[in-house]
Amino acid sequence: MPAVGLPHFLTIGAILFSLGLFAIITRRNAVMLLMGIELILNAANVNLVAFSRYSTAGTSLMMTGQIASLFVIVLAACEAAVALAIVLNIYKRFSTINVDEVDMLRD
Amino acid sequence: MDSVLQLSIVILLLPFVGFVVQLVLGKAKTPADYVIDPHESAHHDHDAHGNVADAHTADHTQHAVDVPHEPAAHAPSHGDHHYTYHVTKRRGPWTDADQTRAYRLHWIATAIMGICLALSIYVAYVTISAPAISGAPNWTPKAEASAVWYDFGDAATSAIGRAYVITLGVLADNLAAIMLVVVTLISFLVHLFSSEYMREPSMHGGRFNRFFAYLGLFTFSMLGIVIANNLLMIYIFWELVGVSSYLLIGFWYERPAPQYANKKAFIVNRVGDIGMFAGILILFTQLGTLELTKVFTMLSAGTLPYGSELWLTAAGILLFCGAIGKSAQFPLNVWLPDAMEGPTPVSALIHAATMVAAGVYLTARIFPLLTGDAMLFVAAVGGATAIIAASIALVQWDLKKVLAFSTVSQLGYMVLALGVGAYSAAIFHLVTHAMFKACLFLASGSVIHQMHHSLHHIHDHSRDPQDMRNMGGLKGKMPVTYLTTLIATLAISGVPLFSGYMSKDEILAGAWAFRNVSPGFIANAVWIVGYVVAGMTAFYMFRMVFLTFWGQPKAADIYAHIKENPRVMVGPLVVLATLSLWIPFGGNPLNPGGGWFLSSWVRTPALVAPAGAQPHVSHAAPAATHESAAPPEAGTPAEAAHGATGAFQASLEHATHELHETGIPHVASMPALMSLLVAGTGILIAFLLYGRKEAKGQQVSWAAPTGVRAFLFNRWYQDNLYEKVFPVGFSLVLMKALAWFDANVVDGIVNGVGALSVAIARFVGAFDTYVVDGLVNFLGGTAQFVGLLFRQMQTGRIQTYAAYAVVGVIVLFFAVTMMASAL
Repeated sequence: MPAVGLPHFLTIGAILFSLGLFAIITRRNAVMLLMGIELILNAANVNLVAFSRYSTAGTSLMMTGQIASLFVIVLAACEAAVALAIVLNIYKRFSTINVDEVDMLRD
Repeated sequence: MDSVLQLSIVILLLPFVGFVVQLVLGKAKTPADYVIDPHESAHHDHDAHGNVADAHTADHTQHAVDVPHEPAAHAPSHGDHHYTYHVTKRRGPWTDADQTRAYRLHWIATAIMGICLALSIYVAYVTISAPAISGAPNWTPKAEASAVWYDFGDAATSAIGRAYVITLGVLADNLAAIMLVVVTLISFLVHLFSSEYMREPSMHGGRFNRFFAYLGLFTFSMLGIVIANNLLMIYIFWELVGVSSYLLIGFWYERPAPQYANKKAFIVNRVGDIGMFAGILILFTQLGTLELTKVFTMLSAGTLPYGSELWLTAAGILLFCGAIGKSAQFPLNVWLPDAMEGPTPVSALIHAATMVAAGVYLTARIFPLLTGDAMLFVAAVGGATAIIAASIALVQWDLKKVLAFSTVSQLGYMVLALGVGAYSAAIFHLVTHAMFKACLFLASGSVIHQMHHSLHHIHDHSRDPQDMRNMGGLKGKMPVTYLTTLIATLAISGVPLFSGYMSKDEILAGAWAFRNVSPGFIANAVWIVGYVVAGMTAFYMFRMVFLTFWGQPKAADIYAHIKENPRVMVGPLVVLATLSLWIPFGGNPLNPGGGWFLSSWVRTPALVAPAGAQPHVSHAAPAATHESAAPPEAGTPAEAAHGATGAFQASLEHATHELHETGIPHVASMPALMSLLVAGTGILIAFLLYGRKEAKGQQVSWAAPTGVRAFLFNRWYQDNLYEKVFPVGFSLVLMKALAWFDANVVDGIVNGVGALSVAIARFVGAFDTYVVDGLVNFLGGTAQFVGLLFRQMQTGRIQTYAAYAVVGVIVLFFAVTMMASAL
């Protein structure tokens, strides 16, 4: 078995990012859209941790990436809360959370 | 002699003063003020005063025409339409006082003419007794004065090497002096005659005075022609004479025949004037001046127009064209018979004695510059005219028409004489013809006057007072008229002891001499024509006398009221008849050549054309010996030495002399014997046909003529031909062509331009609509299309926007990578 290196983790991060992007772009349900956002954030987390683990700069066992990823998780949570509040308002306004039907900014 | 020239100018201007006086003082309002109403005469009721009740016109205010004569009067007419004149007054009545005043006023005109006559006689006496200028060629006048009218001042630059100058001037020589007397004498006699002849009730509204005004204008114009010394002045007065003739022929202007006749006279004259003006122009452009003396001097020095004899011939013929028109030569003779529509005194003055003589006078004035070909042309025209007119006169029934055609024929004689070089004979005949023809016309006027009154008296308005078939036997009732007519007729027929014999004999002798000197077809033809016409003249003139005065009256009711005319009408007849005897012209009635008129008063001027252009001489005369043998004729042969121009004229003189020695010397030469024979034959035939009592009633027919008689009676159908060709064939065709052109071509162009404008407008409009607007719309459409296109980017869905953001990031990423790698 080849050695698992940085590229493999980055690839996973890219795949996660793409899937998250795919979810954002294609899901009709607003909550599912938010899930896609979460996926993208998690992909970023993976990239952070991977770079932190495989980085050779500084002393060994620098934990910068992992710390950053903790920040991202917290921010993700806050952002999800706010997003869900927005979705709730959208539901109040349009009686639907199908993002295809929220196109009032269309001219 | 200067006083002579000044007097000549006075004589010229006095009749013009008379003209103005008669018009201004003659209460000659516009014709509309005193309208004379022509209408077909119904039968009028004539009351004691001759007033006529009339229910005709509305604006008849009052019929206050209380004159002793009948108010209805009409001018001599043709028997087809008789008009009765009713005066409709708009500016107040025409009273007896007005009538008297008008009559008294006209005596001023007659008095002026009498003064002119006296002055002319004095001028003639002084001029003829004055000697000719010695050493000068014999066409030089005895006195001459001219003033420059306009000098074009281009002597240095003109093509002919001298300046073009227009002058006005007068001359005095024997010919002019004689013509002065002739014109003033006949004018004076006509004035006297007209004072009674024209004194009719129809002469209201100043028309009586206007007649004398026009006579004065005419006399003024004719005298201008006579004393002018340059062609331009002759031309100016020439046209004035035409105008006077127009006014006088159309004097009774309400009738259609005078309206037609005066236009015809003027227009036919004008046709001749075109040629005359062309001739004047040839001389003026080539010689720079129109004074006759200067022209002859230049020509005799060898300066020919355009340097060619042909042009000189052309100038001569063209100038003669004016004479063809004015003197009613063939082919422009059609106006003179129609001119008889004018009052008879007018016919006597203008169309017998003076105006028609102006053409002969002009030809005489330009005689020196005629070349041989021009002279042959002149002779041919004269001969043709003479015989054509004489043939027409043979069958006419109207008294004045016989005289009119006789005039044309005699003018042909004069022109013929000039054409064969017999200048003195032509002038002689002009003078004698003026006397006896005026006498004949005035006598016919006298007869017509009486016929008129007689027809009025019996209230007959259908018969023609001028038709000889209504006359007859008048010599008992009008003895003085008869005698004077007889004398004048004897004169015109060429019977010895009368003036006409002398002049006609000279012409015939001249033609005979020309035939001897320069034989040819025209010379022979003209010689024969001369004698034939003499016979015809005698015949028709005596036919006229026999029909009018002899035998039984053909219309007894008319005859009953005829009487002799008053002295003022008959007096002129006596005077003119006396002048038709041989006495004024030479002592020996049988030898005109020896008389003072031909030997010293009028002499043939020398021809100035180059010797090669003069008439061809078949055998030259021994001129040298002849010079010494004939001193009284020194004029011409002496000038043979002056210039190389003598061969023809010397030969002609010699031949004429030889002829006078033939036959019975000093009594009657061969030409004279022949003319006696011919005239006697004519008179005899006339007597046999019309003069004998037995012949009465057989030759006078009211039926329409047939065959040859119809051809002659209808004037050889010349009028019909002209009418067909010129108004109908030419003017009408031209008119139709031009009308077609105007309607189709001109209007076609205009319409075409309009249609083109409309088409262009349509095209431009379409362009504007489709192209320009299309472009604009296209831009707008493009903007809209692009907008539509880009609109779809804005779906309002955040997922779409998120996708755009991602794509944008990727693009940017690649772009930066590219740039980084490029760097």
